[in-house]
Amino acid sequence: MAVTSRGVARAVPLAPAVVLLALFMLGPVVWSFYGSFTNAALTGPAALNPEWIGFDNYVALIGDPDFPKSLWLTVVFVFLSAVVGQNVMGIALAGLLRSAVRPVRSIASTVVVAAWVLPEIVAAFASYAFFHSDGTLNTMLGGIGIPGPDWLYSTPMLAVIVANIWRGTAFSMMVYSAALAEVPPELTEAAQLDGANGLQRLAWVTLPVIRRSISTNLMLTTLQTLSVFTLIYVMTGGGPGTDSSTLPILAYQEAFKFAQVGYGTAIATVMIVVGAIFSVIYIRALRPEVD
Amino acid sequence: MAGTTTAPAVQTRRGGPVGQLAGPRVKATKVAANLVLLVIAVCFLLPMAWVVVASFDAEATLSFGLPDTVTTANFSAILTPELTWLPLWNAFVLSAGAGAITVVVAVLAAYPLSRYRMRFGKYFLYSVLFGTCLPITAIMVPVYALFVQLNLLDSLPGTIFFMAATSLPMAIWMTKNFMDSVPISLEEAAWTEGASAMQALRTIVLPLMRPGIAVVFIFVFVQAWGNFFVPFVLLLSPEKQPAAVSIFAFFGQYGSVAYGQLAAYSLLYAAPVLGLYVLVTRISGSAFALAGAVKG
Repeated sequence: MAVTSRGVARAVPLAPAVVLLALFMLGPVVWSFYGSFTNAALTGPAALNPEWIGFDNYVALIGDPDFPKSLWLTVVFVFLSAVVGQNVMGIALAGLLRSAVRPVRSIASTVVVAAWVLPEIVAAFASYAFFHSDGTLNTMLGGIGIPGPDWLYSTPMLAVIVANIWRGTAFSMMVYSAALAEVPPELTEAAQLDGANGLQRLAWVTLPVIRRSISTNLMLTTLQTLSVFTLIYVMTGGGPGTDSSTLPILAYQEAFKFAQVGYGTAIATVMIVVGAIFSVIYIRALRPEVD
Repeated sequence: MAGTTTAPAVQTRRGGPVGQLAGPRVKATKVAANLVLLVIAVCFLLPMAWVVVASFDAEATLSFGLPDTVTTANFSAILTPELTWLPLWNAFVLSAGAGAITVVVAVLAAYPLSRYRMRFGKYFLYSVLFGTCLPITAIMVPVYALFVQLNLLDSLPGTIFFMAATSLPMAIWMTKNFMDSVPISLEEAAWTEGASAMQALRTIVLPLMRPGIAVVFIFVFVQAWGNFFVPFVLLLSPEKQPAAVSIFAFFGQYGSVAYGQLAAYSLLYAAPVLGLYVLVTRISGSAFALAGAVKG
């Protein structure tokens, strides 16, 4: 018994963390599952005393044309800006940085990291100004005689995807820089002696060696991009119409603009489940480091 | 990694004969790499450069362009108590509060996780890792509903504790890693002299991991300072809102006319974060410290 009481005593310092996490992380998740079965509203009696309405929110969700559209936009956004954009750009930058001279290397990495370190709202304003019909991009295009469209209105998804690549590539670049630094130079040199060209060395030597960093980074960037709200909200507001309303934007608008907190909570629950699936895959990949 | 680390039969050194044989071609590739990097750097710089240039431009537009008249009028126009100083102060209170709470709680939690083999320690770490992955924007609508029930809406302490809780998983993870690198032998000496675990933590472990604690604090501070969505949803009265939210309100009200002021405000608000990031790179000796910590 002495062992158990010592074990309990040793675990006491964990208590504040457990309380905080239970109240503010686990609490909202549980509340999300519960709240999605209620008609909770933003104001009025249904705000404080929501009624149980069963699966009505989920039935409405399936019948709502905005939901599948938003789900699809989220998949497009995550796939193009995180899985393809940030990862390819990140690994390319990491590789280029290794063969660059020192001043170029520090300039390039500082600029890329700066876009990532900026507060998200400032990054969003900067992207808004860049893609605005009177913005920098169209001024440059005008300079070479091409009349640019109103990007935020005619191609909102393209604008937010490029903006998110700009904003988030630094993370992948840093992860891949660290990974590439650990690839033994003997390996690539041996392949070079055997006559492999640059692309072959990348595909057959470098990528297999850093495959764990790749899978970790894919998961993390996917999860981060899944929860991007501010960038899209400031740049397009989810519009025009719902043409760039990814799930976080849709959940926010349903809950706070249309005052249907219960319905917004159902969308949030879907996001939590999607996020949880990715998290479990990610944690399984990291498992050896915990054990 | 297994199977890939076996040393190749031919031993070549970095920059050895291989590099010399392919001299001119390698040189051409290097020049190309440098050029491509510079082009990418310019592309990445343009959106940010607009913020800097527009903030000093008397007639700023949404497009990057050198100002005809350089002025600091944009800054003096927004440097009023209610527009800038109060929101910046609120942001500081939120970020420093969340940072302090997170560091204290994370250090306490990390100590047993780092020092003892506990039966449930592994499960706790798994849930912590799971918590680092949870997309916080996904839970903001239920958090709002929860805060209505707990009567915590529009409460600064409530928001501080929520922000502390959301950064806690990552902070525990980072703190545990820093603590693992402090050798346990020093504490064992203190234990034999009768010091309690908490005394050993305070007098031996903490002083040795001061840089690590600074990194964790700055990490949480920077995240909270830059966070828009959480205070946007949880804080309703303008006099409680931090800079991120008030700058957005300013954008909504005057953004379409006063670009220069918007840019000046953005610059003022972003400056502390950029400074703190430089500080972190100094402390940890690597520009990539924050991402490295995230990688686990």
